[in-house]
Amino acid sequence: MTTPILQVQNLKKIFTRNGQSDFLAVDGVSFDVAPGECVGLIGESGSGKSTVANMIARLLNPTGGQIFLDGEDVTKTDVRAVCRKVQMIFQSPQESFDPRRTLGDGIGESLLTAGEPASETAEEVARLLEAVGLSSDFMCRYPHEVSGGQCQRAAIARALAIEPKLLLCDEATSALDVTVQAEIVSLLSHLMRGHGMACLFICHDIALAQSFCDRILVMYRGKIVEEGLPDEVIQSPKQEYTKMLIDSVL
Amino acid sequence: MAVPEPTVRETVIRGSNGKTRLCFFGVMAALLIVSAVFSENLCPYDPYLQDLDAALQQPSAAHIFGTDRYGRDMLSRVIVGSRTSIFSTFLLVAIITTFGTAIGVFCGWARGRADNLLMRVSDLCLAFPGLVFALAVAGVLGGGLSNAVIALAMISWPKYARIARSQTLSVRETSYLKAARLAGCSTSRLILKHILPNIAGPILVTATLDVGTMMMELAGLSFLGLGAKPPTAEWGSMMSETRGLLQTVPWAVFAPGIAIFIAVMVFNLLGDAVRDWMDPKMRVKS
Repeated sequence: MTTPILQVQNLKKIFTRNGQSDFLAVDGVSFDVAPGECVGLIGESGSGKSTVANMIARLLNPTGGQIFLDGEDVTKTDVRAVCRKVQMIFQSPQESFDPRRTLGDGIGESLLTAGEPASETAEEVARLLEAVGLSSDFMCRYPHEVSGGQCQRAAIARALAIEPKLLLCDEATSALDVTVQAEIVSLLSHLMRGHGMACLFICHDIALAQSFCDRILVMYRGKIVEEGLPDEVIQSPKQEYTKMLIDSVL
Repeated sequence: MAVPEPTVRETVIRGSNGKTRLCFFGVMAALLIVSAVFSENLCPYDPYLQDLDAALQQPSAAHIFGTDRYGRDMLSRVIVGSRTSIFSTFLLVAIITTFGTAIGVFCGWARGRADNLLMRVSDLCLAFPGLVFALAVAGVLGGGLSNAVIALAMISWPKYARIARSQTLSVRETSYLKAARLAGCSTSRLILKHILPNIAGPILVTATLDVGTMMMELAGLSFLGLGAKPPTAEWGSMMSETRGLLQTVPWAVFAPGIAIFIAVMVFNLLGDAVRDWMDPKMRVKS
């Protein structure tokens, strides 16, 4: 049996204010993601999906539980320890690039911090842009000078730069219109197969999760209430909340 | 091939003409600075040479701004006074901008107890009426321009710390900073490459606008006898020396007053132009 690329065990997050417990955002979440697998994490806004992703990327410290990345416990480490294995694609593509730096600077940053010489970075950035269907001209553009779809393609190029083992897509297509959504999902699917990357695909579009993911986890009030194959979950939901979620969309 | 029509966005951006304004006020500010640097060479007369026979002369071709009660040429004194007034103001603004920004970025990034402590200290400084506190500090330290700069620096840094802190708190929660952290950036790189450039706009604009305010506050302390000491030519102390003559020899007060007005206006408008220029959305590629 293959070792999961990601193991999340009893993960908890309590947001505190002035030292007092305030809000239980994630309550004992456990799941695995196998290498090359695409797992959909769906649920309504405020259910804790993005908090889980932020904890996996070590952008947030968990209150409890464990996160194993490629067999290594990363719960106590910081983001720099995991950034070679995990990358994230954010909801709003334009806001995920520094407005004062070009897309080329943003894409090449992880290569520079990894120690790649600056002279080779530009070439590599051009290759990455080409891989996501953009010309090398986009290197010199600022985020506000490109469309949402182009910017999200650049964000995918940035995420691929260091060839991570796990890609976290946090509502990566929510801010895009339907045709661009389809293009981005198709591109992601193609690149994931090509690179053998696993993916945790966070969204609240059940139809999209059904077509893109190998497995679906349904979150509600910080807990995973249901999981299974997409067709199983959608056609015969076991939990009342899942039924309600499906009814509200279909 | 036909040149494509500019988009609405490009038309609006071109219409704002920000670069021209920046260049214009930049040149004006540069002229003030250059005249301050070479002030001794630009003076038609020795600004400290007393000639009691020529005291209190009206503006004329020989003395464009007239003379003061000691017969010193006001134009020469205004030109020489620019060096003291402008450079002491620059020094003061540089100190409060650097110190306040460093404290603010540290507080916004580190948060916790250090943030609480430093922000309470800044509240303490902000709670006092500015000039009264500066007067008290200058009174304790004694007169002199350097003590006036220290006194004003002690009460003026919290504004920058507040701006830098709030901007840092806002930037650290952005997706692009999360992306930069995921790119493996160290804390120093995050601060230098991502936070500082993105918070620099409001800080730089405040600093440029503060050049005028600080120039007036330094002049105010000098006016009250806690800044530059006579016979040093400094615009505030020059107004102080001649304030008793406002009704009889108004040009002696107006000359340094007009100099302060022009310098304050140029730096204020330069601040606005810098703010527009620093916004990358206002730039258009050629």
